[in-house]
Amino acid sequence: MSATAKPYGLLAEFDNTTDVLHAAEQVRDAGFRKWDVYMPFPIHGMDRAMGLKNSKVGWFAFIGGLTGYTTGMLMIWWMNAIDYPILIGGKPMFSPHGAFPPSYELTILFGAFGSLFGMLFLNRLPRLHHPLLKHKRFALATHDRFFVVIETADPKYSETETRKLLEAAGSKRIEMVED
Amino acid sequence: MTEAVSQIKVPVPPPELERVPLVQNNRSFAWISDRVSAITEGKAPKWWWAAFVPSFLAMCMLGAMLIYQISTGVGVWGNHHPTMWGWDIINFVWWIGIGHAGTLISAILFLLRQRWRTAVNRAAEAMTIFAVMCAGIYPAMHVGRVWFDWWLFPIPTYQGLWPQFRSPLMWDVFAVSTYFTVSVLFWYTGLVPDLATMRDRAKTKIKQFVYGLFALGWTGSNRHWSNYEKAYLILAGLSTPLVLSVHSIVSLDFAVSQLPGWHTTIFPPYFVAGAIFSGFGMVLTLLIPLRSMCHLEDIITMRHIDVMCKVTLATGSIVGYAYGMEFFIAWYSGSAFERFAFINRAMGPYWWGYWLMVICNVVVPQLFWFKRIRNHLVIVFILSILVNVGMWFERFVIVVISLHREFLPANWSYFEPTWVDICTFLGTFGLFFTMFLLFMRFLPMIAVSEVKGVTPQADPHHPLAKGNGNGGSH
Repeated sequence: MSATAKPYGLLAEFDNTTDVLHAAEQVRDAGFRKWDVYMPFPIHGMDRAMGLKNSKVGWFAFIGGLTGYTTGMLMIWWMNAIDYPILIGGKPMFSPHGAFPPSYELTILFGAFGSLFGMLFLNRLPRLHHPLLKHKRFALATHDRFFVVIETADPKYSETETRKLLEAAGSKRIEMVED
Repeated sequence: MTEAVSQIKVPVPPPELERVPLVQNNRSFAWISDRVSAITEGKAPKWWWAAFVPSFLAMCMLGAMLIYQISTGVGVWGNHHPTMWGWDIINFVWWIGIGHAGTLISAILFLLRQRWRTAVNRAAEAMTIFAVMCAGIYPAMHVGRVWFDWWLFPIPTYQGLWPQFRSPLMWDVFAVSTYFTVSVLFWYTGLVPDLATMRDRAKTKIKQFVYGLFALGWTGSNRHWSNYEKAYLILAGLSTPLVLSVHSIVSLDFAVSQLPGWHTTIFPPYFVAGAIFSGFGMVLTLLIPLRSMCHLEDIITMRHIDVMCKVTLATGSIVGYAYGMEFFIAWYSGSAFERFAFINRAMGPYWWGYWLMVICNVVVPQLFWFKRIRNHLVIVFILSILVNVGMWFERFVIVVISLHREFLPANWSYFEPTWVDICTFLGTFGLFFTMFLLFMRFLPMIAVSEVKGVTPQADPHHPLAKGNGNGGSH
């Protein structure tokens, strides 16, 4: 780290789910906006403790699925009934029943792409660099520790007050992370 | 308000009502990641090499067989008139059926909130992907002119022709390729947080780079988890109708034809039940040795084995019911050809195949009614292999026995596989086990973050939440 490194935020470590959940509630109630909780697995009730709204991934999956179904139906109709009609066993050139199975599969395929890429888009992933990933202790966030991080960019942030809040919330190890 | 709540006394439930914990010995979060990652770290154990070398050689044999088949023609297989579908289609349906347990465990049991699934879903999903790879080889090869396989997809060509979408074989192309793609997506989505764990544990630069690349910069942020969990739920919701549709569409390859023995409406549900039955058989075959080889007894507990045996029993009973119903419908249809086809199954030249199927698929799983058998690992292992032997013979009965007695007796014949058939089939085992062994050495075989989430200390309101569990560093 060069001497010009800017502080990124305060990193408070917790060693159990109960403490980190209550800490999150307190940070939420204090009115912070640029903060997050990092944990090795999703803790039940954390979205509420952080005051997060319902995820919007569903819309991406829905639009993906709709696109898939429409693509399937239109593609089969155009290929088998318009562009190169072939009569097979006296069956109609296009029937929604015969076209349904491939369209159904495309609904699921595009819906699945929609939900995965929608999730990545909403999370702004993939991301090759993150200030926290350089921090040694933070590697435990994927192991067995829980971290609350309040960014210095938050309007309510103050070096001493924020540190006090996290200490009062029960964190035994608070460190400054550099950008 | 909070004081009033804290005064409520919760009576301790009697011990006989308490559930067996999903992770035994009250293991800590750290123990779980250490234990699972240990399989991929350090030198490969001797048994791994002992399994890998023969698997790899068998995979090379598969390559040789396919080159021989492509350069010579489909005639190197036993397929001939009237049995134009032989081991190729039997093995295609068999492998794809095995793949169904992975998605059932990962998707349907997720929606049903069966939390025990977390211990086995990663390995079962990997099994699915590799089984579908083995399955996909067969239809691609049996078309004969392999270099025209791309005609299966709607790609514009100089001929201006398009695939013919009124054929169930075309539906099958879409079903199987969607199944493979969505299974991979689902598997990868589940892997992302665990790849981040692997990245943060990695000691070498190469490992850090590769795991880091595939972990996509995952930090474990709750804002990310929130979207992630929703995406995972939706993927589970999409995979559920998918898994039910794939084997239904595979069964339509048969059921839409006019052939007695194939032309029946019972096929879609009967195929799906059979697929899940065989898939659970394969999961048990793989995990019973692996849990002791990799010392995962605390994660894949006896309760997991017990529950999977019960699923096998349930689906096996559905399959048995379907066999009975097929005979009833053949009699009830009043069609002489239909009746002949079924009497020929049980008493014709291939009677042994039929009865082997009945013993393995109907009689054997009934042993799982007994708790003592479900708790005996060696017996469960043997029975799980018999389940897959039986399911192979089920496809043999459907494909070969139905085809070899045509409407015209002049066309009757007796099907026999060639050595190329047998070596190709053995070769697909090589491919399957090579892929699986590489998977378990390089990727976390157990869904680490999910297993941590089902321990008692993961629940912030559980009395054990403040404890740290047993074992592990830090």
